[in-house]
Amino acid sequence: MRSIILRTMTMYLLPLLLIFSVFLLFRGHNHPGGGFVGGLVASAAYSLYLLGFGIDKVRSIFRIQPIKVLAFGLFLAASSTVFPIFFGKPLMTGVWYEHKLPIVGSLGTPTVFDTGVYFTVLGVTLNIIFTLFEDKE
Amino acid sequence: MFFAVLSGFIVACIVPLIFKLNRKVAGALLSILPLSLFIYYLQFIPNVLAGEKILTTFYWIPFLKINLNFLIDGLNLTFALIISGIGFVVYLYASAYLEKSEKIVPFYIYISIFMASMLGVVTCDNTLALFVFWELTSISSFLLIGFNHEQERSRYAALQSLLVTAGGGLALLAGVIMLGQITGTYEISQMSAFHSTIVSNVLYPSILVLFLIGTFTKSAQFPFHFWLPNAMEAPTPVSAYLHSATMVKAGVFLMIKFLPILGGTDLWMWLLGGFGGWTMLMASTMALKQTDLKRLLAYSTVSVLGTLTMLIGLGGEKAISAMIIYLFAHSLYKGALFLTAGIIDHETGTRDIRNISGLRKYLPVTTVIGVLAALSGMGIIPFIGFIGKEMLYEATLLSGEYSTLFITITVISAINIFAVMAYSGILPFFGEYKSPAEHVSEAPFQMTSGPIALALLGLVFGLFAGSTVDGLTNKALQSIFPSASHHLALFHGFNLPLLLSALTIAVGLLFVFKRNSLVEFIEKIRIPEFFFPSKWYDYAFNGTLSFAEIQTKFLQNGHLRYYIFTILALFILLVGGSFFGFNTSESILNAFAISIERSLAGIDIYDISMLITVLIASVFALISQGRLSAIASMGIVGALISLIYIIYGAPDLAMTQLSIETLSVILFVLVLYKLPRFFTYSKLKTRIRDLVIALAFGSIFTIIIIFVSAYGKFDSGLSEYFAQTSYLIGHGKNIVNVILVDFRGFDTMGEITVLAIAAVGVYSLLRLRKQGGEQ
Repeated sequence: MRSIILRTMTMYLLPLLLIFSVFLLFRGHNHPGGGFVGGLVASAAYSLYLLGFGIDKVRSIFRIQPIKVLAFGLFLAASSTVFPIFFGKPLMTGVWYEHKLPIVGSLGTPTVFDTGVYFTVLGVTLNIIFTLFEDKE
Repeated sequence: MFFAVLSGFIVACIVPLIFKLNRKVAGALLSILPLSLFIYYLQFIPNVLAGEKILTTFYWIPFLKINLNFLIDGLNLTFALIISGIGFVVYLYASAYLEKSEKIVPFYIYISIFMASMLGVVTCDNTLALFVFWELTSISSFLLIGFNHEQERSRYAALQSLLVTAGGGLALLAGVIMLGQITGTYEISQMSAFHSTIVSNVLYPSILVLFLIGTFTKSAQFPFHFWLPNAMEAPTPVSAYLHSATMVKAGVFLMIKFLPILGGTDLWMWLLGGFGGWTMLMASTMALKQTDLKRLLAYSTVSVLGTLTMLIGLGGEKAISAMIIYLFAHSLYKGALFLTAGIIDHETGTRDIRNISGLRKYLPVTTVIGVLAALSGMGIIPFIGFIGKEMLYEATLLSGEYSTLFITITVISAINIFAVMAYSGILPFFGEYKSPAEHVSEAPFQMTSGPIALALLGLVFGLFAGSTVDGLTNKALQSIFPSASHHLALFHGFNLPLLLSALTIAVGLLFVFKRNSLVEFIEKIRIPEFFFPSKWYDYAFNGTLSFAEIQTKFLQNGHLRYYIFTILALFILLVGGSFFGFNTSESILNAFAISIERSLAGIDIYDISMLITVLIASVFALISQGRLSAIASMGIVGALISLIYIIYGAPDLAMTQLSIETLSVILFVLVLYKLPRFFTYSKLKTRIRDLVIALAFGSIFTIIIIFVSAYGKFDSGLSEYFAQTSYLIGHGKNIVNVILVDFRGFDTMGEITVLAIAAVGVYSLLRLRKQGGEQ
């Protein structure tokens, strides 16, 4: 399984795929993409690395426990839904920042929500894959 | 006001951080939260005394009339002050009490959540939002009772309290929704206008019963009282705070709040008066024979809750005014007594009153607290407990037709409570010195300062009742009866209540000095176990478990193929069965013709080649001998399906499908190593059975699709709405994504929550297997 070709490829692919996943996340609002698929691509990137290098190496570059990433994502998404209440609007109403930001584009609670989805999906997938892999070894 | 409630939840999130920064002062630092809330609520007093009602509104889900409306009136403010004030005492106390415990961090998290939810319960005006806070108090109580979760008994008690109180909460929700249906509003402050409509409605008895199941479970009324003594498994600060001063009073609170809405009928009077009176009498008698300090106090709390419920049942201005004072006095002295019990436990290592006496020499401050609090509880002049008891007697005497019955049980219970207070607050400190611990020393300042303040307040509020608590409690009374008022005074002249007080003290003293023969007498009363409601709980609980076991063995036997078999077979039966309803064969053929005609019109070379490849891949997956090749060919099927999505203009779907396919292949490869080789092939018989099911399922789906494509009318209203508003409201050009994160964000929230739960499930299952090494 530890093929040289796979290893060399993933060395370059991992950062590219991660950047691509963030790109997908923020692009999602106006073009195909979004938090769900972004999270999936990011977890695919790490899984590929895992296949190439094994669990210990992945743990050393991904030091946070995936379950915490999951919790963070869920918390982010949930808190973005509560946010509008403080502006006197019902739960889950979109609140938007007027100006556009570089990279992110227009910033609003749905963007934060989508980021939460991204982290949840990443956390869930990596949690399952890591646990399975540890179980194997 | 919303932020006041919210602050507890926010602090709960940063508790671990505070403890990481500085463990030593963290507890004291956290006590600032209840203190500042107390000060915050204090500043409303002038407004409330001036007769104002302060209402703030935050929209939550306005469409469903669920809003975070917070109301401050006399009654709400009294409760908010009790909660934040005693909260401060308990926060400070726990910082020393749990100093050495590793679980001090979760303790402060849970108790902050509790305090926030409790403040929500007493200040929220919207019944549906109130229900949410109500259940949150049940959940935080569950976590706190199960604090020592390594002990079987704690877990049992925690689960019991959760099932009883949260179950009751569901009944309350049903009642509240029915009320909302009748009145068209969910605001407590607006419902009283509909009083006559409600009580004359056919649904009134069921609403009342559902409502009372909710409040009785929370306030530990017979037959739901049994969870409260068991809840004493929680650390003492928790018992003092949740299970005597605040949470158990939530039920009572709601009953007073709903007196103008649901009260004033015979049914109300008999249900509350009857159950309350019986609970009062039964619990106070059972309290006498307890030997554990905390259980003594717990039973006496149940009894007092019964008294309060009875008073609400009797209704009337006198009864409610007595109830408010009695409740206020109880929160002060019972909180202090629980904390005293905690100090005794902490310093001597036991709570058994048979093993301790004469502690006054070593615990001088605690002695003062215990005696002061107990005297207030016994109703001795000039404590506020005395005023409360006088008012209780007076109100009961005025209760009308059945006043003789009510006053008799009230006096008997008061005598019992008198003795119980002496057992728990006075006897441990006097007499000959006896203690299992070698060295007993006074508790630190954090643990004594709060309780002594509570105990002294009982004295101060008694002596100067007219100038201190009079104003606020009057306003509390007026939030129920707008034109009523009372004047608190220590001495009301020589009258029947005073005589009854003297009688109570005389017989009570006899009970105190003749404890042994009294207990012997009570022990003789034997009631068959079957009559204990706690047994009913056990029967129901075990019955549910065995039923679950039987049906799990039948439906969830651990073989994935049977799960799929069950699901598919059920689908075929239900959906396939519904086809027989109409003229099938002809219409299917007709639909088939239409859809073939339509498909052939738009077909091209891509479609055909993809179709053929999908078919080949799936057939190959079926007949392949190895798992890896089967997985790979399934991957091809998935990839081709995402290609179809691309061609038909659904790039978002295609991307997601492709990533999912990639990941599932990786997951399969990981799991592959764990699986045994294909040793046994299924028999011909099972294969034929599976073939039949697969074919039936496939054809039903095909038929459905054909029907839809031939006759289905696509309602484009929604998609047009989304297309028009996506950019204007949702600020995004990608409609799919805007639907996911904005228009239908609530669905997505649910989905990611389910995902998270599934991931935690997988995690714990695999971890468990690793540790257990079984199977």
